[in-house]
Amino acid sequence: MLNKYPLWKNLIIVFALIIGFVYALPNFFPDDYAIQVTGARGSTEVDQRVLDQALGALESRGIEVKDSTLEDRNALIRLSSSDDQLRARPAVQAVLGNNYLVALNMAPSTPQWLRSLGAGPMKLGLDLRGGVHFLLEVDMETAVGQRLEALSGQIKRELREERIRYRGGDVQGDREVVLSFRDTEARSEAFDLVRRQYTEFLMDESSEDGEFLITLTLSEAEVRSIQEYALEQNLTTIRNRVNELGVAEPLVQRQGADRIIVELPGVQDTAQAKRVLGATANLEFRMEARQDTSSVETEEFSFRDTPQRNARLERDVIATGNNVANAQQAFDENGQPQVNITMDSVGGDLMNRATRNSIGRRMAVLFIEFRTETETREVDGEIQETEKRVVEKGLISLATVQSALGSSFRITGLDSIPEAAELALLLRAGALAAPMYFVQERTIGPSLGQKNIDAGVASVAFGFALVLLYMLVFYRGFGVIANVSLTLNLMLLLACMSILSATLTLPGIAGIVLTVGMAVDANVLIFERIKEELKTGASPQSAINSGYGRAFVSIFDANITTLLVAIILFAMGSGPVKGFAITLCIGILTSMFCGLVVSRAIVNVVYGGRRVEKLSIGGKLANA
Amino acid sequence: MPDTQKQPFDFMGLRKIASVFSIFLIVASIALLGVRGLNYGMDFTGGTSVELEYAEAPALDEIRAALTDAGYEQFVVQNFGSDTTILIRMAEAENDQLAREISDLLTSASGADLELVGSEFVGSQVGEELKEDSGLGLLIALAVVLIYVGMRFQFKFGIASVIPLAHDVIIVLGVFALFQWTFDLTVLAALLAVIGYSLNDTIVVADRIRENFRKMRVGEPWDIINESIHQTIMRTLNTSGTTLVVLLALYFFGGEAINNFAIALIIGVVVGTYSSIYVSANMLMVMGVTREDLMVPAKEGSSDESEEEQPPEWLNRM
Repeated sequence: MLNKYPLWKNLIIVFALIIGFVYALPNFFPDDYAIQVTGARGSTEVDQRVLDQALGALESRGIEVKDSTLEDRNALIRLSSSDDQLRARPAVQAVLGNNYLVALNMAPSTPQWLRSLGAGPMKLGLDLRGGVHFLLEVDMETAVGQRLEALSGQIKRELREERIRYRGGDVQGDREVVLSFRDTEARSEAFDLVRRQYTEFLMDESSEDGEFLITLTLSEAEVRSIQEYALEQNLTTIRNRVNELGVAEPLVQRQGADRIIVELPGVQDTAQAKRVLGATANLEFRMEARQDTSSVETEEFSFRDTPQRNARLERDVIATGNNVANAQQAFDENGQPQVNITMDSVGGDLMNRATRNSIGRRMAVLFIEFRTETETREVDGEIQETEKRVVEKGLISLATVQSALGSSFRITGLDSIPEAAELALLLRAGALAAPMYFVQERTIGPSLGQKNIDAGVASVAFGFALVLLYMLVFYRGFGVIANVSLTLNLMLLLACMSILSATLTLPGIAGIVLTVGMAVDANVLIFERIKEELKTGASPQSAINSGYGRAFVSIFDANITTLLVAIILFAMGSGPVKGFAITLCIGILTSMFCGLVVSRAIVNVVYGGRRVEKLSIGGKLANA
Repeated sequence: MPDTQKQPFDFMGLRKIASVFSIFLIVASIALLGVRGLNYGMDFTGGTSVELEYAEAPALDEIRAALTDAGYEQFVVQNFGSDTTILIRMAEAENDQLAREISDLLTSASGADLELVGSEFVGSQVGEELKEDSGLGLLIALAVVLIYVGMRFQFKFGIASVIPLAHDVIIVLGVFALFQWTFDLTVLAALLAVIGYSLNDTIVVADRIRENFRKMRVGEPWDIINESIHQTIMRTLNTSGTTLVVLLALYFFGGEAINNFAIALIIGVVVGTYSSIYVSANMLMVMGVTREDLMVPAKEGSSDESEEEQPPEWLNRM
């Protein structure tokens, strides 16, 4: 029994450890305080001139600049302290104006040679770096309701075009549209038409009080796809808006079927963030009602800026803001402001169908806003506040259709350039497909973040030191080996987290601490086994060999089951629990590698290939 | 086995006392959960919390008075970590602007120098869902363990490892109910980690029992289990030792936010160590595990040696 690893095996282990060392290294360089300058729009370039302007502003205020770099689409200015950072931001913003966004950031100070290897530090979670966390819920009822309204409008329009006479068509409940007809003939024609073109409905015929009805029910699959679409659309819109906030490294992510997580590191002013994110607005295009249209099919709205002006519109919605692909403010031949709109293909189609028979009539653009309103009332001398969700609809334009519209058209008749610009921006930035509400919110101040980091580092350091001591006392020489492999384990854990660019959170640090405590388990098992073998009279070399061999099965089973639990924790958990589960999972894997392979390699180097009289493994029997 | 070795400590001799003890703990825990219930944290109930850092330690009564004057109800004001840090918790789960309002109110009411260091708002529906998902998570974890151990070992071992896990979880919950410590998401994570830890322990003991059943041709299950526990006791204690040591570090240095997490794990590790020795082995005795349960099906041309679980071949290549 020689206990020697072949050279190649040792080389592989050394190689793995070197890689681990290199990728763990960036975590030991502290982040620099920095401000980041980006263009407010995608087309705005950040060039040397802009950077010089910013640097000039900082110099005039006596703020020391450590370093400045110009990257692809942004500029990064490194500063020496948090105070400088807070003073620098308004100074630079003031010089650069509204075309540029200046955000607070923490810039990793990883040396160039490490960065060229793709190494970088772990990302810090919000609880460690400060910032706000929002959980938004998409109002799916409204999403489905809006779609149902739009479909029912479309169907009725088509019935009219095909000259199929219907008596009424109303949305009923949250899934159904009921069309009613005078006779079975019209009904069966309509039935065929709808069945041909609207596969998203399940259809049912019935009759009641001399009326012949078709009940259209949205299929489950269609409801799901509407909801999926609403969520995806809202995600995109929220991303656009977050970019407008000018936050460095924001996170926008869907969670489950109807929720969106938004994390904004460094942001402290939640009120502003919420105003921008929560502005749930949408647009509807509708025709102005004819004089003779029955009042059941019309609705009256007032203008947003002049509430005394009213207009009567058809109930049917031609298209919504979701169908707008692009919108630009421009001028018409007479120098009057206008908005050029490009619809997506569906929108273009709808628009064309609706307008080709309506030249000379007026089309309205209706602005819809969902807000949460606080209502204060006095009840029995007590002031009570209640939250209400209100929908506000207002006209923003009413313009004459000059010709049949296609996918590109323009809205004229706007009063002013700002009005046109605002309309274009709203159309372009993307409307939310469905309203959203804040269901969870967490703010972590920067001082709290630093406190959490300090606490985390302290507990890892103390825990680690105590385990080292424990192992040294109990297992002497082998304890040293276990300690070396534990240290390497911690290094590999950091390296894996950095390579996967996993986010480190406070519970994540707790996971690391726990890993430190449990990682030595493999070595404890092995060492106890070696002691046992020695007790039964085995020679040191064969005791080492069978100690490692026999303990393997226990270690494997025990770790796999723990890993399973950790994976469940990861899959089921949210937020903080996930951070804990990730470090636990990675920790289990690196512990197995270090406990079994690395410690064996060290034992082999120390004891292998020679005659050994006794092992330094602690306990009476081993040394007897 | 050399004759000089002293008689193994009779672990199984204490099994009756241990059973009574465990059953008592479980009944007491369930009763506590039923009567007092868990003090759910905001993660589960929904609500608002505000963490304020004062320049000088404020009087909690004044803060309470200021809040009452402003018409707030159902709130808790407490120190958090240090006497200059104040945590205010409210049941209100509808108004997402509350944190800002409160910090403004206290600034204007007392004129004190304070900073809003953190705030949290959880809608009540989110909390409700989380509660359901969490319970489901625990059950799935237990089911997966049962299946894996049942496959790797044998069905009786599967039962004998899941019961101790449930035992540990219930007791930790019982202690949380008894002291009315806040049960939040981190404690839930700790609970799942306890499952992982206790399982680790149980498996190591079970593994040795399996090995000894195959190796020792004589002796009753009683003796074999006793011997197995004896052989693994040092490992069990040492691993618990190192784990407890880091958890104490976490408890004392990890900060207020992680305290309950550390407490849950400390209790869990202690109970888990005990349960892997007594509950698990006891279950095996009760279910009457036999040598036949664990015999590797005889393969053709297999030698005696192969009855021992061998490390897989790839390990030797590692």
